[in-house]
Amino acid sequence: MLRLLSFALFLATWWTAALFVGGAKLPSPPAVLQVMIAEASSGALFLHLGATLARVTLAFVLAMSLGSAIGYLMGRVRLADRLGDPWLILLLNLPALVVIVLAYIWAGLTEAAAIAAIAINKLPTAIVTLREGARALDRSLDEMASVFAMPRWRAFRHVVLPQLAPYIAASARSGLSLVWKIVLVAELLGRPNGVGFEIGVAFQLFDTPRLLAYSLTFAAVVLVIETLLVQPFEARANRWRPRAA
Amino acid sequence: MRLEVEITGKSFRSAAGETHEVLAPVQFALQSGEVGVLIGPSGCGKSTMLRIILGLDHDFAGRVARPPEARIGMVFQEPRLLPWRSVEQNVRLAAPEVSDAKLSELFRILELEAHRGHFPGELSLGLARRVALARAFAVEPDLLVLDEPLASLDDALAGRLRDEIATLVASRPVMTLLVTHSLDDAIRLGDRLFFLSPRPARIMREVPIAIPRAARSEAEIAAIRSELARRIQAEQGDVDAGRDVS
Repeated sequence: MLRLLSFALFLATWWTAALFVGGAKLPSPPAVLQVMIAEASSGALFLHLGATLARVTLAFVLAMSLGSAIGYLMGRVRLADRLGDPWLILLLNLPALVVIVLAYIWAGLTEAAAIAAIAINKLPTAIVTLREGARALDRSLDEMASVFAMPRWRAFRHVVLPQLAPYIAASARSGLSLVWKIVLVAELLGRPNGVGFEIGVAFQLFDTPRLLAYSLTFAAVVLVIETLLVQPFEARANRWRPRAA
Repeated sequence: MRLEVEITGKSFRSAAGETHEVLAPVQFALQSGEVGVLIGPSGCGKSTMLRIILGLDHDFAGRVARPPEARIGMVFQEPRLLPWRSVEQNVRLAAPEVSDAKLSELFRILELEAHRGHFPGELSLGLARRVALARAFAVEPDLLVLDEPLASLDDALAGRLRDEIATLVASRPVMTLLVTHSLDDAIRLGDRLFFLSPRPARIMREVPIAIPRAARSEAEIAAIRSELARRIQAEQGDVDAGRDVS
């Protein structure tokens, strides 16, 4: 209910602002909705949205799985931490734009280059978060598992993984928002489709309604994924915690 | 089965670079069906000794021989349950082979039936300790290690759990190592009592109790107790070990 109210407030603010600024700079909600409907009925909206979502999914899964594995290793094995740390610092501070441009130069304007570039941008933050998680693992529970001779996999699944779950969730959430932002840049620079490409076109034509139509649809999709996927996962991972008052 | 402990020394180097002796030479053995009790002042190195025996600490001089196939049931000082798994899952994860009947029996004895589905965070410390006991028993261990399992439980429950431990020990050929501060628990459960010195720990005195556990009457327990208290008193000037066993 509160969420709806807050959404209504957003619409009202937008509408009022549009009346003051004028339709060229900030089109009113109905104008944008009209473009959305037109794009949706032609199928272009879904095509671009689908292309972007596919890139996000691939890059996200790639970065999360690789980043989690490396982060876990670095948190548990001292040597891995020492070897990986300089690379990690380099990756963390490398601007997204540099990675994307270099990827396109070296691998051509290909799908693989785009996805790799997005994944590389997300990778270091996943590593850092999971490394913290692995460092915070409870030694006394490890000892318990070892005394009771739990097989490796069972110990990992029931002793280690639940302790990492909050870190994985945090990394997924921040990672998803990072990937959303970067994917559009990668598309703008070197893909012939996707929301980022459309926004690039709209920018060249100064077509604000089109720009807003695409970005808002995109934002709506993000919101839906957050509520339907990320939040339930977090709730499930934390269900054993006594609820905060 | 037989557990042989022959530790010739254990020391560790502190951050300041000094070497601290934790254990002096310690030697003892336990047979199946026997309950050995370690009694000693706080901080004397009992926990270190347990960690070595359990194979959690390999950095020591000497050797510990236990059959490699020996199943270990352990009750740590703090319950060490998995907070994200229910009571029943906690037990089953440590003891996957436990039968439903056996599990129900254990939960009934330890009065945990109502808490099967609860998470450890929802339990009192007393209840959590009972879950830890259930977990150690469910394994059907060959070596049972109990690190102050009855601390912080009320007398009635501690008494009942002590009887349950005695029943379990009698029902199977299990080597049991109990660490306790309570002379009473030691006399009621133990076959051999090892009195440890302050750090670095060594065995000052080994006291066997000849009367079988089940046959010990209250009068006999009281007699052993006062005899031990007398001997400890007599040596008080010698070593200050009476503090924690009084």
